[in-house]
Amino acid sequence: MNVNQSAPPLPPFGQSQPVYPGYHPSSYGGQPGSTAPPTPYGAYNGPVPGCQQTPPPGVSRAPPSSEAPPASTAQAPSGQAAYGQFGQGDVQNGPSSTVQMQRFPGSQPFGSIPLAPVVSQPTVLQPYGPPPTSAQVTAQLAGMQISGAVAPALPPVGLGYGPPTSLASASGSFPNSGLYGSYPQGQAPPLSQAQGHLGAQPPQRSAPPQASSFTSPASGGPRMPSMTGPLLSGQGFGGPSLSQPNHVSSPPPQALPPGTQMTGPPGPPPPMHSSQQPGYQLQQNGSFGPARGPQPNYGSSYPGAPTFGSQPGPPQPLPPKRLDPDAIPSPIQVIEDDRNNRGSEPFVTGVRGQVPPLVTTNFLVKDQGNASPRYIRCTSYNIPCTSDMAKQAQVPLAAVIKPLARLPPEEASPYVVDHGESGPLRCNRCKAYMCPFMQFVEGGRRFQCCFCSCINDVPPQYFQHLDHTGKRVDAYDRPELSLGSYEFLATVDYCKNNKFPSPPAFIFMIDVSYNAIRSGLVRLLCEELKSLLDFLPREGGAEESAIRVGFVTYNKVLHFYNVKSSLAQPQMMVVSDVADMFVPLLDGFLVNVSESRAVITSLLDQIPEMFADTRETETVFAPVIQAGMEALKAAECAGKLFLFHTSLPIAEAPGKLKNRDDRKLINTDKEKTLFQPQTGAYQTLAKECVAQGCCVDLFLFPNQYVDVATLSVVPQLTGGSVYKYACFQVENDQERFLSDLRRDVQKVVGFDAVMRVRTSTGIRAVDFFGAFYMSNTTDVELAGLDGDKTVTVEFKHDDRLNEESGALLQCALLYTSCAGQRRLRIHNLALNCCTQLADLYRNCETDTLINYMAKFAYRGVLNSPVKTVRDTLITQCAQILACYRKNCASPSSAGQLILPECMKLLPVYLNCVLKSDVLQPGAEVTTDDRAYVRQLVTSMDVAETNVFFYPRLLPLTKSPIESATEPPAVRASEERLSNGDIYLLENGLNLFLWVGASVQQGVVQSLFSVSSFSQITSGLSVLPVLDNPLSKKVRGLIDSLRAQRSRYMKLIVVKQEDKLEMLFKHFLVEDKSLSGGASYVDFLCHMHKEIRQLLS
Amino acid sequence: QNEERDGVRFSWNVWPSSRLEATRMVVPLACLLTPLKERPDLPPVQYEPVLCSRTTCKAILNPLCQVDYRAKLWACNFCFQRNQFPPAYTGISEVNQPAELMPQFSTIEYVIQRGAQSPLIFLYVVDTCLEEDDLQALKESLQMSLSLLPPDALVGLITFGRMVQVHELSCEGISKSYVFRGTKDLTAKQIQDMLGLTKPAMPMQQARPGQPHEQPFVSSRFLQPVHKIDMNLTDLLGELQRDPWPVTQGKRPLRSTGVALSIAVGLLEGTFPNTGARIMLFTGGPPTQGPGMVVGDELKVPIRSWHDIEKDNARFMKKATKHYEMLANRTATNGHCIDIYACALDQTGLLEMKCCANLTGGHMVMGDSFNTSLFKQTFQRIFSKDFNGDFRMAFGATLEVKTSRELKVAGAIGPCVSLNVKGPCVSENELGVGGTSQWKICGLDPTSTLGIYFEVVNQHNAPVPQGGRGAIQFVTQYQHSSTQRRIRVTTIARNWADAQSQLRHIEAAFDQEAAAVLMARLGVFRAESEEGPDVLRWLDRQLIRLCQKFGQYNKEDPTSFRLSDSFSLYPQFMFHLRRSPFLQVFNNSPDESSYYRHHFARQDLTQSLIMIQPILYSYSFHGPPEPVLLDSSSILAERILLMDTFFQIVIYLGETIAQWRKAGYQDMPEYENFKHLLQAPLDDAQEILQARFPMPRYINTEHGGSQARFLLSKVNPSQTHNNLYAWGQETGAPILTDDVSLQVFMDHLKKLAVSSA
Repeated sequence: MNVNQSAPPLPPFGQSQPVYPGYHPSSYGGQPGSTAPPTPYGAYNGPVPGCQQTPPPGVSRAPPSSEAPPASTAQAPSGQAAYGQFGQGDVQNGPSSTVQMQRFPGSQPFGSIPLAPVVSQPTVLQPYGPPPTSAQVTAQLAGMQISGAVAPALPPVGLGYGPPTSLASASGSFPNSGLYGSYPQGQAPPLSQAQGHLGAQPPQRSAPPQASSFTSPASGGPRMPSMTGPLLSGQGFGGPSLSQPNHVSSPPPQALPPGTQMTGPPGPPPPMHSSQQPGYQLQQNGSFGPARGPQPNYGSSYPGAPTFGSQPGPPQPLPPKRLDPDAIPSPIQVIEDDRNNRGSEPFVTGVRGQVPPLVTTNFLVKDQGNASPRYIRCTSYNIPCTSDMAKQAQVPLAAVIKPLARLPPEEASPYVVDHGESGPLRCNRCKAYMCPFMQFVEGGRRFQCCFCSCINDVPPQYFQHLDHTGKRVDAYDRPELSLGSYEFLATVDYCKNNKFPSPPAFIFMIDVSYNAIRSGLVRLLCEELKSLLDFLPREGGAEESAIRVGFVTYNKVLHFYNVKSSLAQPQMMVVSDVADMFVPLLDGFLVNVSESRAVITSLLDQIPEMFADTRETETVFAPVIQAGMEALKAAECAGKLFLFHTSLPIAEAPGKLKNRDDRKLINTDKEKTLFQPQTGAYQTLAKECVAQGCCVDLFLFPNQYVDVATLSVVPQLTGGSVYKYACFQVENDQERFLSDLRRDVQKVVGFDAVMRVRTSTGIRAVDFFGAFYMSNTTDVELAGLDGDKTVTVEFKHDDRLNEESGALLQCALLYTSCAGQRRLRIHNLALNCCTQLADLYRNCETDTLINYMAKFAYRGVLNSPVKTVRDTLITQCAQILACYRKNCASPSSAGQLILPECMKLLPVYLNCVLKSDVLQPGAEVTTDDRAYVRQLVTSMDVAETNVFFYPRLLPLTKSPIESATEPPAVRASEERLSNGDIYLLENGLNLFLWVGASVQQGVVQSLFSVSSFSQITSGLSVLPVLDNPLSKKVRGLIDSLRAQRSRYMKLIVVKQEDKLEMLFKHFLVEDKSLSGGASYVDFLCHMHKEIRQLLS
Repeated sequence: QNEERDGVRFSWNVWPSSRLEATRMVVPLACLLTPLKERPDLPPVQYEPVLCSRTTCKAILNPLCQVDYRAKLWACNFCFQRNQFPPAYTGISEVNQPAELMPQFSTIEYVIQRGAQSPLIFLYVVDTCLEEDDLQALKESLQMSLSLLPPDALVGLITFGRMVQVHELSCEGISKSYVFRGTKDLTAKQIQDMLGLTKPAMPMQQARPGQPHEQPFVSSRFLQPVHKIDMNLTDLLGELQRDPWPVTQGKRPLRSTGVALSIAVGLLEGTFPNTGARIMLFTGGPPTQGPGMVVGDELKVPIRSWHDIEKDNARFMKKATKHYEMLANRTATNGHCIDIYACALDQTGLLEMKCCANLTGGHMVMGDSFNTSLFKQTFQRIFSKDFNGDFRMAFGATLEVKTSRELKVAGAIGPCVSLNVKGPCVSENELGVGGTSQWKICGLDPTSTLGIYFEVVNQHNAPVPQGGRGAIQFVTQYQHSSTQRRIRVTTIARNWADAQSQLRHIEAAFDQEAAAVLMARLGVFRAESEEGPDVLRWLDRQLIRLCQKFGQYNKEDPTSFRLSDSFSLYPQFMFHLRRSPFLQVFNNSPDESSYYRHHFARQDLTQSLIMIQPILYSYSFHGPPEPVLLDSSSILAERILLMDTFFQIVIYLGETIAQWRKAGYQDMPEYENFKHLLQAPLDDAQEILQARFPMPRYINTEHGGSQARFLLSKVNPSQTHNNLYAWGQETGAPILTDDVSLQVFMDHLKKLAVSSA
């Protein structure tokens, strides 16, 4: 490692491309090898078999350097990891003064850079300039300049491991790279680094400017592998110190040297090069001078801004005075970069504090001691040691946990550990479960709890000798000692009433009032259930599901069905006493599907007939849930209710609601009441449900206001889901509903769950968001939890953290599997701790941050006026960025907007949150829609919030039909639409197919089977099945998009200039919205203003 | 005599002419009325009765009325109002009299054509907390009963256990039922709402004014004509399962009888008020939850006994009784009746539920199990038909009593409730259910008999003219089982006599059997509300007073005491009455007492007498079967005895006979006569069993058999372990009891009667 660092000095290196190739290699690969780390790791690695090998890929990238081999590092996770981290850490340190480092990520910055790349790179750099720039992007906006690029330390943690990878990615990212290539890419990067080291650093920062240039390159698109190389090097530098937790010892070496953080810089730069380079030179700091060279300062900057635009040159001439949209950080760019840089190599979790790839990137995870990012994602992987620092930064410390997340088929689900009678081994004091971080001492006779430091005896049956490194000899044979995620079989002590649970049950509760019948829902549903019942979730290789099923229909009374297998025909039992609900039968209500198949089929055949001419329009609601809950109680099992409901429950019964929809309340202090439940009855009911392990999934089919805010209380508190199909029509919505239903019924669920998050001393879980109930301040109770639900946990300091030992999280989920087995699922995650704010900013994850902030805001609307909530968000965001600017960024003109590399998308995403229906409803958004979305977001994971707030817009006709991959997305702005193309837009809930007015006829014909644009039916929801490549491709793409989301997205075909287009435009989130939401550019300006205010 | 014709037996057939004298007679002027006494010879007339036009009278034209054929006028014999005959009667003359004027039609029945005829309704309320074989037997009985019902009758089914289910009939493909919690009492309104029986809301009606009212069909989901759904119902009954809720060891099943009945009542109340309907409750145990619960579900807490009741230790009794009384009153108001068929070895709460049957004229049947012929045949007998092929049941009857002005009505005792109709002939003194001249009898059969008590109000100083006659008219309007509305009118008259001058006449006209039954009814009626000993003392006092009044004796000389023939049996009846289960609760559970009293209050005179004093027949080689004294001295070794107590038929083989039978003589050809002797009482018993409702418990026992106790407890204990002189004599079997014997009783009676104190 040291070596690498030493490298730093390398400015030379850096600069020269060669260098960086070498660099890379060297740093990573080389170092690892060379440096001490190896040893310690070695051991480590050893264990981790899988890991080691991987290298190859990484290597590939780091081509040049012979060292490459070391490169393998990537693979050798541990080792590398260490490096990576170091690298980063170091980087920063060194530069401390300068601070900003740009990391490869920086490269991303490029993307950003484009913005307002005010790069202030030292002259020196300039040449390289580009590269360095990566570090920060300064954009000059009209008024302001944004330096998007923060150059965070090198490749963030992630890199750590696979630094190589990361690096690589970085490089990849640059579209510009292409340019790069041409360029002396190498140079650039190196430069930056070099500079950093040199001390020249400050100037270097300037790099950012390049950013601007980058952008242009971006357009270029090409990614350069080469880039990576360089970048790495840069990183390498900085890297050393910091992070390596464990490694520390070994790595130590170098970190220091670099001390400075380099900005991982280089990477990005490349892009710019072409055009810019020149520019760079000219420029001095911020100015991107390139083009501008001439231009004076930022001041002029404004003008500059335009300039930027110009710079990008390639792109074009924007009207002066306006910030070029291409110059501001682009989500698309960031996503693409990350995908390219990190998507190809597995993410190995052996090292603490690594930032995982973005959620939009496809990557594999290898569990080597920390939970996969699929289970836990944090807002930051390096958290401040003290609460003062945390307060200063204002960056929320939160983890988004998805305990039962589904894994791709290539990744194994957690091992189940059976400790027999004695049950899982736990710390006597804090009750934490055995995990890889526990330290065995006294020859293995005792272990020290990694959370509370308590020394515990190791029970005789668990005793094992330690090897020379103090590790248990059997560490790699035991998942709980070597993996981040695993499960324990629970003993009877972990069960309710000290009895092993019975298999859970599903109860289908169907509204059979007039509306439900008329819309065809009941018939459709009953038909579907007949086959769906064969697909109840089952465990492992079980032949048939252990889950029993029951059926209830209702309008203003409830009908229970006895479907006992011995009956010739089903029996219906009507309970009209809705005020005092009870379950009228015991035996025969919950049955095994295969045993009672005939009776069930007969029942499902008859339900639609029986109610075919019903005139009952009133429904009840609370009694229905009550009934289901009582039924489960009577059967002494946990379970799930599937409620299919159509209308506001106005029948005389508990939980009766009235229509209180009042749009006049919007934007008043009373607006919050629209989100609050009408009555407390549902909370009480939910509490009972949770106690019984009764999870409620609600399917709503409203024709008008149904008060989702109130009806969703129970699903929300019991860990259930709500689905809403407004104005349900069988013809139009059947596919969507059935698909959601199938998925919902089939998905694996954990029942009657309790989740507890333990942390090492110093921080504490203080707040929780999601669909669950809490009866005390620590235990998250979930009647049901499925693989789509997340729980977001916020942490606060209650003491100092130790940089050395980092911070540990252990999330333990006790649940009943769908076969009725009681289990504990444990996820462990180790984070780094820092005393430098820069480290924090370098290891943040904006998507997770947005996830947290959205949930925080969406909960806020229950208690505060929406305006207050939005202001709070903006303020917090401004504080975060201002803190960065003040403490981490290189000095630059006040007019320059400097964003941390990791957070350069924060403004755009935040703006999307602010413009969302909940916080700023448009005229066509109903109260129910808002309540619905509000509760949906509450349990969304990071990937879902990401696309939900910033929809994906995919051009369909731009890329060749033959290409198998998804077309690259474009930014969600009307300006990006070309009227000769067709686009798909999706946000996880909606899916639009936008057809430009001048699309070629051939395309229209092959997609819609009509001869001209005007003949396309607007609002069409199904594409005709046609046998031509385009049609196949588009339909295939739609299917694959749907497959990625947890809910079926109904397609809506929108024609340009059609009235439906309004609906579509609502999702073009970078534009100004009709409801008053700011455009991206405007918001960025506003943000800048806020930041400046804070700084001054 | 006219009991045959009118179904009326008076305690006195010549009436003392003044209030004072009447009270001195001790036994009140009263009669036993069997309103629907079967009269094969009485074809109903197909027109409506002619009423007295005086609004306070409205008596019906009868043979006792003075008729002026010329003027076409008739004078009411109760109020003396002169009335025009209606136009239809223009043709009458002495030779062309309408039936109601002929003396032999002192009882006549009119068929009313007006009004919609509504079918009979049978609502089965079935307990499912039964043993498997009991339930099976019950199901079979119910299925069988479907074939006995009139084809157009409506039937309904409610089952209960822990929950109460109201079954919807006539559902294809799926059987539906409405389920209610067994612990929650609901108002009729709630029940109807929950069953969806409430009329559609007003707006709906307005919306479709043109549509015919569908109300009559609203209830059709639960009550359907038998002929339409007997297949369905048979299947439904066949699928009935035992209550599925688990009953843990040491617990009684949870049985929601109270709510089930309440729902049954509410259902009919809402849909068919004032239509003949029977709610038939079949229960196999005590209600253990909800309103009307009689005992908790802990088996270790036994159901209340008389002992508990006396100690005021029956926790649930008062509340439960109140619940059932409330139900019974509602039912009566609606003209429906409730039958209770309780079959269990333990008590089932009849004490609390008795009013349901008592007040509504329903049946009460008690057995050990549904799987016995006692229940099966009894149940079957409910649907027996008379000579016309009509069911022996009638519904929703109103009995009105009109008296001539010297008399007033003091009350009635029987399966009826007061309609609270005040009138000029209502006495201020109440005997039984009084304060009214009309009663409602929701369910009655040809043997249902009421005791009706009168008061002579004529003052002593305004004697009735010689030869004058008092008249009483009983008007019974009812729904015949053929669903016709009918009115049966019985008008009778008796002579007045001055008690001082004509005591002999009066004495001779004493009907001691009727009097005994009437007094017994009074006694039992009192026993329901008073302490047992008080009632006995009251009876004793009445008896003594009667003897003092009508006995012939010398003061202070018990040996001189004589009673005339017309009184001679009366003291003996009283003796047995005192020992009967109607007044003695010892050895009977509260349920049994209620059961016995229930039947005593509704059976006719003959049966009532059997209940008071069981009949004992003797079979021996010494001669043909003969009735013998109900006395321990009748129990002889060489006799077979047959005792009929109404509730039990006991065949008892004397010691020797039993030995012979054991030895198998009856199977030997040479002793065929012995075989015949053994067979004779069996045949006779069968005959009784065939005819009686409810079917008696049939006991075949022998000397020394444990079941012989039924016999021993009934006979007069003339020999006991106390009077040793009897020992060694071949005169009978000693009874181990401290009860006094008839002889001792009579001795005391004489002594008291003749004493001047």
